[in-house]
Amino acid sequence: MNALVELRGVSKAFGGQLVLDEITLQLERGAITTLIGPNGAGKSTLVRVILGLLKPDRGERVSRANSIGYMPQRLHIDQTLPLSLLRFMTLAHRDSAHCRATLARVGLADEIHQQPLHQLSGGQLQRAMLARAIVHRPELLVLDEPVQGLDIAGQSSLYRLIDELVAELNCAVLMVSHDLHVVMSASHQVICLNGHICCQGMPEQVRSDPSYLGIFGPATAIYNHHHDHSHGDECQHD
Amino acid sequence: MFELLATALGGGLAVALVAGPLGCFVVWRRMAYFGDTLAHSALLGVALSVFFSLNLSVATALVPLAIALLLVWLEQRGGLPLDTLLGILSHSALAAGLVLVALIGELRVDLMALLFGDLLAITRAELWLIVGVAVVILALLALLWRPLINITLNAELAAVEGTAVTAVRSALMVATALLIAIAMKIVGVMLITALLIIPAAAARRLSTTPEQMALWASLLACLSVIGGTAMAWQADTPVGPSVVVVASALFVVATALRRS
Repeated sequence: MNALVELRGVSKAFGGQLVLDEITLQLERGAITTLIGPNGAGKSTLVRVILGLLKPDRGERVSRANSIGYMPQRLHIDQTLPLSLLRFMTLAHRDSAHCRATLARVGLADEIHQQPLHQLSGGQLQRAMLARAIVHRPELLVLDEPVQGLDIAGQSSLYRLIDELVAELNCAVLMVSHDLHVVMSASHQVICLNGHICCQGMPEQVRSDPSYLGIFGPATAIYNHHHDHSHGDECQHD
Repeated sequence: MFELLATALGGGLAVALVAGPLGCFVVWRRMAYFGDTLAHSALLGVALSVFFSLNLSVATALVPLAIALLLVWLEQRGGLPLDTLLGILSHSALAAGLVLVALIGELRVDLMALLFGDLLAITRAELWLIVGVAVVILALLALLWRPLINITLNAELAAVEGTAVTAVRSALMVATALLIAIAMKIVGVMLITALLIIPAAAARRLSTTPEQMALWASLLACLSVIGGTAMAWQADTPVGPSVVVVASALFVVATALRRS
């Protein structure tokens, strides 16, 4: 089966500085890919190439995804723009009942649907962005450091939610993280980036790869995944 | 007398209606300085049109458009921050316009009218042109309303969701340049941005949705035009500044009425 999104030998430079060097990767349907790497490794650039926002200098991007959901690293809400949480959603999807249901699914209760976006807490805003990313039931879900700025409890509950949603939607996922206390064990594929792809493979392989250890060191705690649901075919796809 | 006043008010209200929603985008997208730059370059357009005997309306619309494109190009080349680029373009265009106006010589251009507007001097033909352009801009804004809000919210998110960001952004730029061409008659080059941002800023206090804010801004801009024209008629003050003074007063009232 053809991969959902594919990069072949993609390179990108900014001002003579090579940021991405010969990146080749596949995002498969239904698979979770985690992209890790230190600051300045080119993660955001790679994400923007995968999203089609940035044209590579060399190499090509092939996308067979009909719809992509994107949760940006952060969303700056200008106070001058009066926008309720619900309106934020209906800007992306005209059916407000479906928008309400999606908000409820990510844990944002009815009472705050009419609240101005800029009054939401950090955690609520992350969930709102997640809701907007999934409102079209995308084939590919791209999450750029989704738990950034949350406390530990908030991080793990958001990760749990993302896990559940991925199982429900059965979509391909690309998750970016510079934080290694992360869902590596939930991933089908981990890509360790540092300009070029240092190593790539199953979480266990990557964890013991010399180039991974060279960048991150061996003493890395790995977030333990809570298996409170199954990934089998019995999952609902409504 | 009545017809003169009716023509003036008709033109002023047409511009005010458009200035409402467009002004909201200027506020939301923090384009106030950008609006100034385009407005100042419109003066250069007027000077060029007189100097080379070109059509006035076309020149005053085309020069801001050219400046907008130049700005996009300069920004992509990088190296200087946007506000510096805007400052260079804005004041270069204004200075070049003023120099050119001086070179043209005696009284062929009413500089005060260009700088501060002369609503009471607009002709019937100009009125229809203003109304026509206003209708085109309003139609454009109505058609592109959602994509415009989406690119304002976050351009990359909008692009991933399938919005043609560059096209929508360009449409907004064209609409702004067109409005400046017609608003110059009303409030003049120096005060166009005021008519865009003051009613919109006042409307922010009264609104909980983008649409409400656009409607309030239109309403407040219309009230400013009516009040300013009345003031100019009664007290023989210049129309453009009078309109802006009324707008500022409405802003103060709206701020005082503030509901959070």
